[in-house]
Amino acid sequence: MRRELNILIGGEAGQGLVTVGELLTKALIRSGYNVHVCQGYMSRIRGGHNTFAVRAGVERVLGPVSKIDILVALNQETITLHKGQMREDGLVLKDKEIEMEGDGLLEIPFKELAPSPLFENVVGLGFLSALLGLDKAVPQGCIKDIFGKKKPEVVEKNLDVLEAAYSFARKQGIQSHNLARTDQKPGLMLTGNDGVILGAMAAGVNFCSYYPMTPSTGIPMTLNAKGKSLGIVVEQAEDEIAAINMAIGASYAGARSMVATSGGGFALMCEGVSLAGMTETPIVIVVGQRPGPATGLPTRTEQGDLNLVLYSGHGEFPRAIFAPGNPEQGFDLTVRAFDLAERSQGPVFVLTDQYLADSYRNVPPFDLSRVKGPASPGDSWPDPQTYQRYALTDDGVSPRLVPTLGPYLVVADSDEHYPDGHITEDLEVRTAMTEKRLSKEKIIKQDVVPPDYYGPDQVQTLLVCWGSTLGPALEAQGKAGKNKVGVLHFTQVWPLDQDHFRERMGSAGRVVFVESNATAQFARLLEREVVPDSKNYILRYDGLPLDAEYILARLDLS
Amino acid sequence: MVSVDDYGDFETAWCPGCGNHSILKAVKKALASMGLEPHESIFVSGIGQAAKSPHYLKANVFNGLHGRALPAATGIKLANPRANVIVQSGDGCNYGEGGNHFLAAIRRNIGLTLLAHDNQIYGLTKGQASPTTTQGHATKAQPGGNPSAPFNPVAVAVTMQANFVARGFSGMIDHLADLIVQAINHPGFSLIDIMQPCVTFNKVNTFAWYKERCYEPQGHDPEDWEQAIRLANQWGDRIPVGVIYRGTRPAFEQTLPHPTNDLLYKNRPARDVLKEIMNVYS
Ligand SMILES: Cc1ncc(C[n+]2csc(CCOP(=O)(O)OP(=O)(O)O)c2C)c(N)n1
Ligand code: SF4
Repeated sequence: MRRELNILIGGEAGQGLVTVGELLTKALIRSGYNVHVCQGYMSRIRGGHNTFAVRAGVERVLGPVSKIDILVALNQETITLHKGQMREDGLVLKDKEIEMEGDGLLEIPFKELAPSPLFENVVGLGFLSALLGLDKAVPQGCIKDIFGKKKPEVVEKNLDVLEAAYSFARKQGIQSHNLARTDQKPGLMLTGNDGVILGAMAAGVNFCSYYPMTPSTGIPMTLNAKGKSLGIVVEQAEDEIAAINMAIGASYAGARSMVATSGGGFALMCEGVSLAGMTETPIVIVVGQRPGPATGLPTRTEQGDLNLVLYSGHGEFPRAIFAPGNPEQGFDLTVRAFDLAERSQGPVFVLTDQYLADSYRNVPPFDLSRVKGPASPGDSWPDPQTYQRYALTDDGVSPRLVPTLGPYLVVADSDEHYPDGHITEDLEVRTAMTEKRLSKEKIIKQDVVPPDYYGPDQVQTLLVCWGSTLGPALEAQGKAGKNKVGVLHFTQVWPLDQDHFRERMGSAGRVVFVESNATAQFARLLEREVVPDSKNYILRYDGLPLDAEYILARLDLS
Repeated sequence: MVSVDDYGDFETAWCPGCGNHSILKAVKKALASMGLEPHESIFVSGIGQAAKSPHYLKANVFNGLHGRALPAATGIKLANPRANVIVQSGDGCNYGEGGNHFLAAIRRNIGLTLLAHDNQIYGLTKGQASPTTTQGHATKAQPGGNPSAPFNPVAVAVTMQANFVARGFSGMIDHLADLIVQAINHPGFSLIDIMQPCVTFNKVNTFAWYKERCYEPQGHDPEDWEQAIRLANQWGDRIPVGVIYRGTRPAFEQTLPHPTNDLLYKNRPARDVLKEIMNVYS
């Protein structure tokens, strides 16, 4: 009986390995196991080498591992590339056409057990389920749920194939890879993207525009497929520039809006981020990072766009950046992002990456009753003549009304503007508006999400990480042995509140930053933020150049 | 009764004699004649002299980025399909920086009215060639003459069967106001390319130049696409104004599934529906 197994399915794109993998993962979750799936794929539709690695455990599993217990080879290349990762008692499952010698080999007659290539994935599912000792009713249920919408004969045929694969596997008499029983309640099977999608739905997203880019495309695609009953409008724009401008337009018209993209697409959206900042329009921007620069490695992962997101958009305006570490955090933080975007009237980011976006985990169902929809814009004003979209207020937040619903006028502008929204070049107004926009930072700072700390109070080594690095860091902590390592994980990477981490970082024997990029972007940001706040600033932002007089007037030389 | 005065009277930043003044008059006239109250329309513009127009009348305004008026307006219309959404910007904004959006808006056929102030020059940035500047036209930035062939927005729009394509002239205010009414009333995407003198930077295409050439073709049937193509390509000594082409494609926003409410912001997720969606993942 195993308490944990790592199964890697490898093959070409187009061989259906994702389908087998997803079916198997579902069956494992329904059987009460903890799972973690890491997907690796190449930027092509057919061919290439793709992997679907399912790690299943009786105890919690948090990240990928390299050692393989069961290797399912759908092509020769899988053997070549991965046989070195096999555990000593590992098992290779392969079609007989694939060549390999040595122990721990099991041939699956895919072709004989499947009436047509269409059914080979169900052969894989049946065989693996039997091998892991899953109750046959579970994969049967998965098949019924997935093919149930099609004709009953389709379900029947698939069940027959499953049965054949099951009994074939049983005849081989292999028990060594059975998983120990668990009585854990089955949860949901979610990727990081799914967490974000469900969070957006729960937060009441109304509008999403996009231009396809891996690894975020799944977000609008799913919102489109599953969100009809919620009245969500999803529009494929002509490019990313259009996408963000559309979302801002929809938000101006009152809709809760979002865009989802990756670094390259986001680079095009940057002028739109600035527009949201200036027009004070709420928008949630999901950036699924992948390796750059430029088109980089389109289907791999990296945390290399933190600086881009942090500094995106010209000019100065506040923003918040969340970085979920798993699908649950993806849900919670996306809900939070919509709420904060509305309350601070500006852009709020959810920063993910390909690894998190595509990796499945078992997740307990979300408690939807806890989610309050974010505040909505208003649709009436006592005296319509007095309504001002950018009225100067104590906290910098002006009343946001939906245009055309009443006799008031909503005027929003990318140029500097008066409180009524109309264009101005008055430098005093400029100064007041800059301060108004920046003062909304207070709202964002009021509830910065503190980093989560995992570990004992006093710790020798503190791993500091953010976003998707959470799972791997926690696993490393566990493997390092008792009380040696602590993990400080940031789910909000901007703005930062030093009170949340200064003490923790100061008391650790040594601080080690863990992130998926080459230049330690978050470490540098954090180090910068730890510097005590200095009050020695002379700043000017009314649009005129600094001059000596201005400086001397503010310099206390006494 | 709505009158032109309800749309207010504002001081503008335009040069005296600029064609923008007359276009503004025509817009106010059209809206008043339709009985539309100021708060019933949303004006969306980009950046440029023309793009300042919405600031000079009473209306809801979204003054966005250079070239990006159409996408912003598209989002607005999708979020509120009942609103009267009018996009106003210059030739540089619409056809240069926003060229891709112009083509996409025609294809999408979303219910917007685009008023393109076409002065065949960049006004706000002081006289560079625009996409509609005639080849050979010398400017400060192109002293040897503009080397590129001009873009013909009307011909492109007709070729792509934009739902409503018209050419107007700022010197014919009543005619233009009538075109604007027709464009607003026509479902789907409407373009009025409005010839507009820039008295400061365009010394070639002057008021007199347009006045001499503009004519209203007799007996033209805007539903006849081939006739429309011929007319759209007429440019030079004689320039036809009026409705050039009218199509019957359904407006994009009418083909959308809006199950609960036309105004997107009113849709709240029902908890049982959410639960059902979540259960699909179990
Ligand atoms: C992204 C961006 N690029 C360039 C500019 C500078 N710019 C402002 S207006 C304009 C051209 C305006 O020409 P047109 O659209 O023909 O309008 P007009 O001023 O003639 O009415 C340019 C290039 C800008 N504001 N934003
Ligand atoms: S520069 Fe040209 S377009 Fe601009 S206001 Fe003056 S005349 Fe009109």
